[in-house]
Amino acid sequence: MFGLTKKDSTLMLVVFGLVMLAPFLLNPFPEGSGMAQFNAGYPDLMQRFVIFGIFAVGFNLLFGLTGYLSFGHAAFLGIGSYAAIWSMKLVTLNVIPGILVAIVVAGAFALVVGFVSLRRSGIYFSILTLAFAQMMFAMAYSVLTPITGGETGLQIKNTDTPLFGGPVDGSIGRANLFGYEMGNSMELAVGNHLFTFNLGYYIAGFFLLLAFYLSIRIFRSPFGMMLRAVKSNQQRMNYTGLTPKRYTLSAFVISGMYAGLAGGLMVAMDTQVGPERMFWTASGEVVIMTILGGAGTLMGPVLGAGMIKYMENIISKINKDILHEWFAFLPDGLEDVIVSLVYPFIGKGWHLTMGILFMLVVIFLPGGLVEGGQRIAKLFRRNKTADTQDATSRTPAE
Amino acid sequence: MSKSNFTRRGVMKTGAAAGAALTLPTYLRADGHAGFTNAPGDSEVVLGFNVPQSGPYADEGADELRAYELAVEHINGGGDGGMLSTFSSKVLDGTGILGREVKYVTGDTQTKSDAARASARSMIEKDGAIMITGGSSSGVAVAVQALCQEAGIIFMAGLTHSNDTTGKDRKANGFRHFFNSYMTGAALAPVLAAQYGTDRKAYHLTADYNWGYTTQEAIQSSTEAMGWETVNTVLTPLTQTDFSSYIAPVLNSGADVLVLNHYGGNMINSLTNAVQFGLRDAQANGVNFEIVVPLYSELMARGAGPNIKGILGSQNWDWKLENELGAKYSGTNAFVQSFGTKYGFPPSQAAHTCYVQTLLYADAVTRAGSFAPCAIDEALSDFEFDGMGNGPTLYRGSDHQCFKDVLVVRGKENPENEFDLVEIVEVTPVEQVTYAPDHPQMGGAEASLGECNNGA
Repeated sequence: MFGLTKKDSTLMLVVFGLVMLAPFLLNPFPEGSGMAQFNAGYPDLMQRFVIFGIFAVGFNLLFGLTGYLSFGHAAFLGIGSYAAIWSMKLVTLNVIPGILVAIVVAGAFALVVGFVSLRRSGIYFSILTLAFAQMMFAMAYSVLTPITGGETGLQIKNTDTPLFGGPVDGSIGRANLFGYEMGNSMELAVGNHLFTFNLGYYIAGFFLLLAFYLSIRIFRSPFGMMLRAVKSNQQRMNYTGLTPKRYTLSAFVISGMYAGLAGGLMVAMDTQVGPERMFWTASGEVVIMTILGGAGTLMGPVLGAGMIKYMENIISKINKDILHEWFAFLPDGLEDVIVSLVYPFIGKGWHLTMGILFMLVVIFLPGGLVEGGQRIAKLFRRNKTADTQDATSRTPAE
Repeated sequence: MSKSNFTRRGVMKTGAAAGAALTLPTYLRADGHAGFTNAPGDSEVVLGFNVPQSGPYADEGADELRAYELAVEHINGGGDGGMLSTFSSKVLDGTGILGREVKYVTGDTQTKSDAARASARSMIEKDGAIMITGGSSSGVAVAVQALCQEAGIIFMAGLTHSNDTTGKDRKANGFRHFFNSYMTGAALAPVLAAQYGTDRKAYHLTADYNWGYTTQEAIQSSTEAMGWETVNTVLTPLTQTDFSSYIAPVLNSGADVLVLNHYGGNMINSLTNAVQFGLRDAQANGVNFEIVVPLYSELMARGAGPNIKGILGSQNWDWKLENELGAKYSGTNAFVQSFGTKYGFPPSQAAHTCYVQTLLYADAVTRAGSFAPCAIDEALSDFEFDGMGNGPTLYRGSDHQCFKDVLVVRGKENPENEFDLVEIVEVTPVEQVTYAPDHPQMGGAEASLGECNNGA
């Protein structure tokens, strides 16, 4: 289907199913139950899952295939966001032009940054991209305050008058798609379960499917093969008469455009931009997402992004009172001991949990969560084959 | 390769179905029947406490959270009732808000607007919070305030000092109890003139972001009105930790006062550098060289240690206020006592403003008889109250800013303990810090609250 092999088609269908059914899959626990804390099926988080999924998929095209570790990718996300919000403030509140502008502008910046940074490889390349990103962050934070709003960032205001179709009654304009607002949701109550279907989420999900499809096609194309060649041995490529820089620069720009798309979508879903979106920790986050999920795999970055965003938004909100409720069945002294043992790992301590998890993955599963899945799958498969072998090769004892 | 089997009819059918789904009622952004977002049930109501639990302002966030927990306890009828007994409005009776028990959810803003908005949105979309409060930096406050305006939720700002929060970025659904840069300037200038004379030359070092700009502007215009001259203003990067290169030129610039428009770690470092360079003992233009720090906080004073001694600045509130200046500031002792009993140390001004904001919200809902944001807007606008530790206070309707006395404080020479680091020099009466809602520093005539938003 669509020029994919059977295996890739299956993967694509799985991703399609996950995206479409996410409101059900992420809300497994009934409302009001103790476990409802762990539900993630509300619009904001679902949107974040797919947006950071796109960001990580794009980053993986560069890092996973060519091995070039860009440490400044968040800058392109931020630039995309600024471009999108200006498009909404000045041109139209429709999200499509905003997203397109975001992709184009981020791509243009990536071309410039990539052209300079790709003169070096390895650690020097990482440092160069980091320097560019920090420079852009600093400019957005202070020097360019008239354009970027400085620390406070930019929002849509009731004084904004876009060229096409702004609100006329003095209310604050909302991002929309041909009149349908991103915040629109339908709710479906089944027994105690409540499922929310949000328009913004499905639009972001559509872009994720598109981005994912494109990423599969790039992975399987001759161009993707060239990128892998860059990773395995650039010198040999040079001797063969190929110019690696053409390929790496293309990969860099494509992955910058993915970041721009993610940035544009972020603005479309939540109309505000702040410079800290471009800070180096944000660039680090996407590296961690990709490695956690599995660099160089198709599905890994999406899983990694989901994992980190889940922890950031769900685990960080568990506070001491909730812990006490959970362990209320224990005797008082024991309850306090357990709570004080668990407390450092939840709430504001989610960074700690994340760090431990990341270390475990890097040490025991160098291929990320995807490798973990493969190992489990292999375990079952091997068991089965081992069983049958046993049955056939068993020879009677002499 | 597998074969795709899309038929024209199939595509059209799916398209029509998808179109129909999209046009289905969109009322479900909220409980349609109540007419506003997240209308609470009959037994409980959820508030969202969105404070920095990690990042540079984590200490302040922790203190804010303590204050919120205390406020919830008092509203629900627990503890000793704190300020409920001194508050001039008596409608809160310890049975929750409108008979509903108050529950709360917490979140971490990380002092980043993105994270703060994500956390606030999850409180609104997932936990059904009816009000969001918190924030320890102006960027975050402005971002979350705008979000609440869009969603149709009330936002009660915590510690945010930049003019913009109730200036050019003011919103009908947002309210600020804390004072702002303009008030700092207006309160400090007369005291500076009285202490240091009217012919001083000031040198400003300003943190290179929004709050820094508004503070510098406020101090500069207020002191220049007193006859001071501004020799130079220099912007310093927010991430700077060593200010020696910025301090070195100050002594030879002809200035005799250094104004540090810095907050948090920035201020601790720049002040320490300035003292190390001997500015406190220096003479310039025949007078003693002086240093001024516009916005003070207890936590910063603790960080700067002995360097803070004798330095002037301004504060919203201080826990010693009622003891030193009498019953006009009633409420202070009641709050300090219940906070101290529960946590073992006196509250910071961040804790105070958050506690007061929560009580004011609960009171406004009760007086309005409704949780609808527009009803609360009406109840809080031009609301005059007393007994919350700041003396008689006005919540001005035209910009949702509280107007009350401002404290001018000085780092204490001989602190008795680690919580007693500042002494109150003077309390500037509210008339002196009041300004017109369309003041140029507040966004001018263009700034408007817009319409209050009840959500769906």
